[in-house]
Amino acid sequence: MSHGPSAPSAAPHGQSHDHEPYQPVFTPGSARKQELDDLKTRYPDKRACLLPGLWMIQQDRGWISEDAMREIGEQLGVTAAYVKGVVTFYTMYHQHPVGQHFIQVCTTSPCLCAGADKVVEAFLEHTGCKELGLTSPDGKYTVIEVECLGACGFATPVQINEDYVENVTPEKVPEILRGLQ
Amino acid sequence: MGYPHKSHPRETPVLSKHFGNPEARKLETWKSLGGYKALQQALTMDPVAIQNVVKESGLRGRGGAGFPTGLKWSFMKLNDGKPHYLACNADESEPGTFKDREIMRWTPHALIEGCAIGAYAIGAETAYIYVRGEFTEPIARLEEALKEARAAGIIGNNAMGSGKKIDVWVHRGAGAYICGEETALMNSLEGKRGNPRIKPPFPAVSGLFGQPTTINNVETLTAVPHILNNGAEWYKAMCLSSPKSTGSKLFSVCGNVAKPGNYEVVMGFSFKEFLYDLCGGPLPGRKFKALIPGGSSVPVITIDEAESVKMDYEGFLEVGTMLGSGGVIIFDDAQSMPRQLARLSRFYAHESCAQCTQCREGTAWMTKILERIVAGQGTFEDLDTIFDLAENMTGKTICVLSDSCAAPVTSGINKFRGEFEALIKGKRSSTVAMGAGV
Ligand SMILES: Cc1cc2nc3c(=O)[nH]c(=O)nc-3n(C[C@H](O)[C@H](O)[C@H](O)COP(=O)(O)O)c2cc1C
Ligand code: SF4
Ligand code: FES
Repeated sequence: MSHGPSAPSAAPHGQSHDHEPYQPVFTPGSARKQELDDLKTRYPDKRACLLPGLWMIQQDRGWISEDAMREIGEQLGVTAAYVKGVVTFYTMYHQHPVGQHFIQVCTTSPCLCAGADKVVEAFLEHTGCKELGLTSPDGKYTVIEVECLGACGFATPVQINEDYVENVTPEKVPEILRGLQ
Repeated sequence: MGYPHKSHPRETPVLSKHFGNPEARKLETWKSLGGYKALQQALTMDPVAIQNVVKESGLRGRGGAGFPTGLKWSFMKLNDGKPHYLACNADESEPGTFKDREIMRWTPHALIEGCAIGAYAIGAETAYIYVRGEFTEPIARLEEALKEARAAGIIGNNAMGSGKKIDVWVHRGAGAYICGEETALMNSLEGKRGNPRIKPPFPAVSGLFGQPTTINNVETLTAVPHILNNGAEWYKAMCLSSPKSTGSKLFSVCGNVAKPGNYEVVMGFSFKEFLYDLCGGPLPGRKFKALIPGGSSVPVITIDEAESVKMDYEGFLEVGTMLGSGGVIIFDDAQSMPRQLARLSRFYAHESCAQCTQCREGTAWMTKILERIVAGQGTFEDLDTIFDLAENMTGKTICVLSDSCAAPVTSGINKFRGEFEALIKGKRSSTVAMGAGV
């Protein structure tokens, strides 16, 4: 949730991408459709597949567009508006396209006292992103601050797409970025 | 085996014994280490008998509140003709806490066994492990282990040949601290926004999908197989101080300390020895100043207060704080407490689900005021306003997130008032700047 004075989430700037053509994920006979249908058997109510279904879309399409919300809503018998309500509650669903490497640096107190703010600065500098939440001109990187990643003993942890990189210091940033190519 | 450091001789590794050993993730190895014996035995027992062993052991919830686990299980009305559910809380998002992650990464079968026993003991055929969305590695480890356990017939329609059905599934969250609150977790799992529910009804009456549900933390459930294998007396005997706190406990240690990491000690262990011996004391040339010992939601204590503590539920209460989740956050003499508390307040403002006015407005204003003080623009009146706000944020909301913001802030101001006053008097910002996002 994001109500308080918080760090910006991904890519709030720039134009809307919702006019771009959307390719459905759960087409009849597709592996994803099968996966979703299998998942439904785990729960007494298929609506419970909403978070997992949104994950599938984000994995395949990179972000959750309005069309995507409509598609998953149709699959699970809820309206697109309902889906939007859910999507906007959770910080991990992207409502805009993000850079190829989505870099999330934890800056909550335990990491802050270990120097996480300097790690953020180093990522902003070396990626060319300049500002939190903005994607670099080459489309490669987006850097955001996140709240506790549950790895506080390995300060500073940074999540890059799906993976954690632990014990990150500003000095290690250029090498980490080189490893991402 | 310790992780990331070698086990200290004064530790009592029960849950963490195999941390750092990738072999322990495999079913075959796990069984050779004694895995799934407790489940086999449990499936021959009456569920009430299991509840009684757990009650007798004194095991209390490791998710934060310390509620007796056996008692919680006994609230589930067996044979009421309704489907029952077990929800395992693996949302681990409380700043300072990173123990459940290691349990899932290194010993996924230990958690699966705990879930299966827990489910059987409360009359449930289905357990869901709700894991925070960021934990992709723990999720992958759990999924692999579940696949093995299912293929081996350990879980499924005929669990270990008992004729009983026990399913265990992983459910991935999507980034929201509040989904660690038990009723928010249930809403989230049901495919809703993760808003906490008003209680009553309590989960044992109406929880997941409106059915009787028990929710337990990862560490709590992982302790259960050990209790069945070794007996309640063995568990109860792990106790160095208050008889109300038994067993071993994982403490996550982070912040300004020589050896951050997870440590497992018997309840009632000396906090002084823990901090200076096990955790290696402060960083070279520094001194410990303040601690938040139970995850960021509990009151701040000074290092002097900490040194007298016996590490159990009662011991931390004696110095006005709580054991909570066992996430020990340490600040040394180089840290500005106003700056750290302002950042912590921002965490709660960011994570408030915004249902309750006191929480939504309180956490946001508290953050604004604290950041103003840190920026050298605060007034003495601001400090009074914070205490006013805190009073309105405590005991008045649907869940305790609101209280959890107020507790570290007010205790921090009370104990380190001089640092706040210096910033206000000096009209200059804290020597170190706020996070880059400010
Ligand atoms: C805001 C908030 C966040 C919480 N986060 C967690 C969490 O991440 N993990 C957890 O186990 N319990 C968390 N809890 C506590 C749970 O509500 C619940 O008490 C616990 O999971 C019960 O399990 P236990 O009895 O085994 O401790 C949280 C509570 C609140 C109010
Ligand atoms: S106290 Fe805060 S987080 Fe809890 S229900 Fe109310 S608004 Fe939501
Ligand atoms: S505070 Fe950074 S990972 Fe927990």
